[in-house]
Amino acid sequence: MRSYPPEIVLEAVLNGLLTGAVYGLVALGLTLVYGVLHIINFAHGALLTLAMYAAFVCWQVFGLDPYLAILPLVPLFFVLGYLVQRLVIGPASRGDDSNILLVTLGLSIIIENGLLAVFRSDTLSVQVPYAMEVVEVGAMLLSWPRLVGFGVAFLVAALLFVILALTDTGRAIRAVARERTGAALVGIDVGHVYAVTFGIGTACLAVAACLLLPSFYVSPRVGNAFVLVAFTIVVLGGMGSVAGALLGGLFIGVMESLSGLYLGDSLGQIGIFAIFILVLLFRPTGLFGARA
Amino acid sequence: MSGGGVFLGVQGVSKRFGGLLAVADVNFEVAEGSISGLIGPNGAGKTTLFAIVSGFQKPSAGRVFWRGQDITGQPPHLLARSGIARTFQIVQPFAGLTVRENIAVGAFLRHRRRADALAAAERVAERVGLSAELDKPAAALTVAGRKRVELAKALATEPRLLLLDEVLAGLNPSEVRDIVPVIRALRDGGVTVLMIEHVMQAVMNLCAMVHVLAQGRIIASGTPSEVVADPAVVEAYLGHGAATRLAGGAHA
Amino acid sequence: MSGRDLLPILAFTVLAASVPLFVTAGTVLNFLIFTLVIALAAQGWNILGGYGGQYSFGHAAFFGTAAYATALLQLRLGVNPYAAFALGVALGALVGMVIGFLSFRSGLRGSYFALVTLAFAEVFRVLANAAEFTGGAAGLLIRLDVRPANFQFADRGTFYLVALALVVAALIATRMLERSRLGAQLVAVRENEAAAQALGVDALRVKLAAISISAAMTGAAGALYTQYFLYLDANIAYGTWISVEALLAPIIGGAGTVFGPVVGAVILHGLGEFAKSLVGRVPGVDLVIFGILLILVVRFPPRDLPRLLLRRARP
Repeated sequence: MRSYPPEIVLEAVLNGLLTGAVYGLVALGLTLVYGVLHIINFAHGALLTLAMYAAFVCWQVFGLDPYLAILPLVPLFFVLGYLVQRLVIGPASRGDDSNILLVTLGLSIIIENGLLAVFRSDTLSVQVPYAMEVVEVGAMLLSWPRLVGFGVAFLVAALLFVILALTDTGRAIRAVARERTGAALVGIDVGHVYAVTFGIGTACLAVAACLLLPSFYVSPRVGNAFVLVAFTIVVLGGMGSVAGALLGGLFIGVMESLSGLYLGDSLGQIGIFAIFILVLLFRPTGLFGARA
Repeated sequence: MSGGGVFLGVQGVSKRFGGLLAVADVNFEVAEGSISGLIGPNGAGKTTLFAIVSGFQKPSAGRVFWRGQDITGQPPHLLARSGIARTFQIVQPFAGLTVRENIAVGAFLRHRRRADALAAAERVAERVGLSAELDKPAAALTVAGRKRVELAKALATEPRLLLLDEVLAGLNPSEVRDIVPVIRALRDGGVTVLMIEHVMQAVMNLCAMVHVLAQGRIIASGTPSEVVADPAVVEAYLGHGAATRLAGGAHA
Repeated sequence: MSGRDLLPILAFTVLAASVPLFVTAGTVLNFLIFTLVIALAAQGWNILGGYGGQYSFGHAAFFGTAAYATALLQLRLGVNPYAAFALGVALGALVGMVIGFLSFRSGLRGSYFALVTLAFAEVFRVLANAAEFTGGAAGLLIRLDVRPANFQFADRGTFYLVALALVVAALIATRMLERSRLGAQLVAVRENEAAAQALGVDALRVKLAAISISAAMTGAAGALYTQYFLYLDANIAYGTWISVEALLAPIIGGAGTVFGPVVGAVILHGLGEFAKSLVGRVPGVDLVIFGILLILVVRFPPRDLPRLLLRRARP
């Protein structure tokens, strides 16, 4: 193993934290859906890819800056997620876990390959003036898009927290998450709450996609790179735990950054998978005090 | 204290779930060849106690002895092999299988070959009155039918001790009357029975010995008529004023 | 097992074996061989997923391990191809047993089991793609040396029969499993693990046996793939495509049935070819159709179709 001067390591840690916040945002959608619907959404990665293509099209066709594309894409993807849950996953699953597994897998196959058919397998990227901009902090260089990503990710998490804690919808979501039958008995439309939750999860992806686009490429399988990371984070942070998703995201971001520094990019991925497998096998309830 | 020689001995068993003490220092024994009852109000810890005896849960404290051996914490499949079978309160047929195949899963424990297991399943079906339903999917049966399948599956493992968790619950009086002799015939055939039951008529009818569990503790043990007369039982289990009603009912 | 149990398999064998008598076109045989490879991989998935109810999303781990082992044993150690094939299958089964032991002992099931198998396959893919020993990203090429003694055949028809023989062996093995104690216990574990344990079923042992057989079959498909195409890289051997195909075919053809995987593989690849003939070689279109089909099959299970149609027919 090579050794690096401390400021390089520190820089890697900070950049990892910045990326990790966006990972956390991707994981947030996944964990929210899990916490309320108790399903693992295998289409999460594909929906992220779809959102990245949507942001790319906004930029290419309408000349819309990816950060501004958040404004139209969030409501769009909320509606999309709402409809997918209401019209596809809900009816097709018929209440059976393994059916949900298969339906979300089917969705991911359709989305990924639909994108492949339309856009082909070329990798695309946007050219924005600030893509390569850096901010100097002491002797360290931090990427500007990642700083923006970090800030917005936390803003979204805070917003989500407020929605869940203070609004009627949020209260309904928490009620359904805790006790589905009881919630139904007091007159909450569980099917609607499910779809709203799925919509919020998908809207989180739209934000994450817009944050990733300036510093990342797009290809039909790009979501796969994130979805295993997101699953790792969710498992690490405890299924259904919002705070766990953010902390897990930061942790994984740092891990990835450091293992990339020491092991190189391709083997660096192994570190994440290894964590994932170890946590699943030995601590499936998560590291950060997950719910029972 | 050792459990040597006892058929089934439960010694000082406790089970704690978080802050809740579901089973508290329970002691009792089951004599070979008997039918014993375990009764008590809902939430008294009866099913938890069954889960501990049959290996599905480990007790927080205490030991379980089975024919002279300490079996505390042994996994269920090993206990089934050594002759302890149980049924579930919520009947759990294998939905995708026929009645015959359901029972055969139990019979495979003692019979390696499929033909032998199927033949054994048919014999068991006859004992519990399921011969006519053998080829139906288990999911298609009535509640009473499913209860019989549950019983047959457990019997097919050729147990020496059978733990019955409310096999009579949900049955109408005539169905109860039909199944009581089946259980008695099992005992006559050499199977020791320990049953959780709410249907008091059947308990009075079948059990030589009854243990009453309330809030995780055994509050009385004895013959059915003894425990029913016990004021502590009447208060805890049947509720205030029930003693008079019962006294009146016994002559009706 | 009685003769009646084997009759449908016999009929299928005779029918399928007579195909090369009528079809000699290379592209058609190529398509059929590929379909048989998928059917074999899918039969493996069916043992664990269909009969055992444990849905793996990472059968590529077994396919790829056997595929790489078959190639590497020949290339690096000069092992006879048939022996390499057998060793590859054994190694695939071993990997299955290890992954199964780790996952099932930890009590993983449902989505968690699907996730962990997916992750294992991805780890293998990244490793195989990075390691020099496995040829890295460039992959492995088996030297062309067309001799039957070398498991390479001049005639595609011969290879078709070899692939068919393996599929038939898998069909018979599946039928035997159905009629065995292990099969009954496996289905019992699928339907209700606690109830099965209460009847003396050692659920861990049963699931381990199932994943080992399952991995061996899917491994055989991987080894066969290597021998047929004589080329391998990490994205082929450990790619998600094979995990997905191995799962789709039994689900669409009928999970937990002997012929489900074969039927499913034929339907899928038939549809795939049909789609290609309609829209040309647009990448991904066949998989979009597979995905739609998967959702439809889950939404409207084929066994419920007669009932659904009757209900519609009534006023």
